[in-house]
Amino acid sequence: MRTATHTVPSATADGTSRTLLAMQNVDKIFGTDVVALRNMTLDVQEGDFLSLLGPSGCGKSTALRLIAGLSQPTRGAIRWGLPMADGDLSVVFQEPTLMPWATVIDNVLLPFRIAGSLTDEARDRARDMLARVGLAAFEDAYPRELSGGMKMRVSIARALVTRPKLMLMDEPFAALDEITRFKLNDDLLQLKDSMDCTVVFVTHSVFESVFLSNRIVIMAARPGRVIRELAVDAPYPRTEEFRTSTKYAAQCRAASDALHEAMGGDVGVH
Amino acid sequence: MSIDPAVPMADPKPVLDHEEAQRLRAERLSRTGRWALPILVFVLVIAGWHWLVTAKEIPHYILPGPGLVASTLWQDFGILAGSWLVTLTVTGLALLLAVVFGGGLAILFTQSKWIEMSFFPYAVVLQVTPIVAIAPLIFIYVDSKIAGLLICAWIVAFFPILSNTTLGLNSADHNLRDLFSVYGASRWQRLRYLQLPAALPYFLGGLRIAGGLSLIGAVVAEFVAGSGGIGSGLAFRILESSYRLNMPRMFAALTLIVVTGVAIYLVLSWVTWMLLRKWHESALKRDA
Repeated sequence: MRTATHTVPSATADGTSRTLLAMQNVDKIFGTDVVALRNMTLDVQEGDFLSLLGPSGCGKSTALRLIAGLSQPTRGAIRWGLPMADGDLSVVFQEPTLMPWATVIDNVLLPFRIAGSLTDEARDRARDMLARVGLAAFEDAYPRELSGGMKMRVSIARALVTRPKLMLMDEPFAALDEITRFKLNDDLLQLKDSMDCTVVFVTHSVFESVFLSNRIVIMAARPGRVIRELAVDAPYPRTEEFRTSTKYAAQCRAASDALHEAMGGDVGVH
Repeated sequence: MSIDPAVPMADPKPVLDHEEAQRLRAERLSRTGRWALPILVFVLVIAGWHWLVTAKEIPHYILPGPGLVASTLWQDFGILAGSWLVTLTVTGLALLLAVVFGGGLAILFTQSKWIEMSFFPYAVVLQVTPIVAIAPLIFIYVDSKIAGLLICAWIVAFFPILSNTTLGLNSADHNLRDLFSVYGASRWQRLRYLQLPAALPYFLGGLRIAGGLSLIGAVVAEFVAGSGGIGSGLAFRILESSYRLNMPRMFAALTLIVVTGVAIYLVLSWVTWMLLRKWHESALKRDA
């Protein structure tokens, strides 16, 4: 499914950062004339928290599906800088996407079950993951007994339990209330740091993307394309203090302006 | 008016306000009513029936009273029990076959679109053809009467299971399917861990319908099959009693059929509840 061709330069000399994946001039056309993505070129470095930011219909979810291997590019290629096995890549969808008939721990164990490695060690890891997302007491609960935020935590635990190199997130917090979203943003940054994985995060919230990412790729619609990339100049760890700082406000302003400008100034910030 | 934030508001004493009290009362009433009302209706109907028979002096070969039906059921139970067992066996086996072949075909259909496209229309044809119209043919070609009855009952019962299970297998969440793809799940794993559990509520819905239908199929087929002797079910007893104008026994046999149908429904509802109570919406108690 994923081609592990090492055409991308791996491991720089000083070992600071390596290219994990590169999209090279990727087009995706649905049917014969619906251009979902046009000429998208993007590289993701190991350790990145990269946000794809843009309005509905800009192809950001399509880009994520292409990276996940759920869909193939019409033209262009996606190259990997590292060999990727099953479990090295995970996806978190906008809905928690849990199996309602399975308990929380069984949901988290799904990747192991599919890999045929449902060992005691796997169970320990699942328990550890649940503890990290703050749901240690809920391993035997069924999804319907959990709130929306808790379900999303289970979904994230499942995505991280295999210690993936890359986690793809498709507007995971869009359906949650703001208080829950802030908390999950904080926790996600902590998790990413402790799990040492790379994240590609799709969102249409400027504020969320600035808080979370070190790189923001701004996309526009009709046809879906990349129009700008900017770096968020703020060190990690980022905490609640960062969210109320003038620095954060300035970065949001910059991202907003970039989005506005890139969209020809005719569309407001989404 | 100012509120001093340092002084927390005292916890109010537990109070049941008027609206809540009314709601609780209504809840209690409806809980009792759920079982009391059907019983009340049953008693009223039986009493009315008894009154009608005695007051109008209806002869028992036209309409026997409930008391006579009950005593006939008791006295003739030796004759009826054997037939009951036959009907029960045919019904049970037909339901089992419906589960195996209805469910099996549904799984086959979801594994291959081509097979589904080829055969689903014929499953529909089998379903829409009235069983009484095919039954005589079946009894010509099949020697064993029990086998004939089984085939008839199965034809009536399998379709709801087939169509419901097919629907259920195809209704697994799209994101979950994608997730299974991302983790490189095999076709078998997808079926075992995703499609089958997702189809379970649908399958059980079909099963409850099929349970009643297999009894109907078994009874109807026997009316067509006719001839008596050993291996005759309740439907034959009804036919036989009507020839002999033995109305009380006819009603007794009918009672057994009704009891069987209700029992099947209750058992299957219980099975459904046991399998789904932990996770499925249909088995949840909704908060007011």
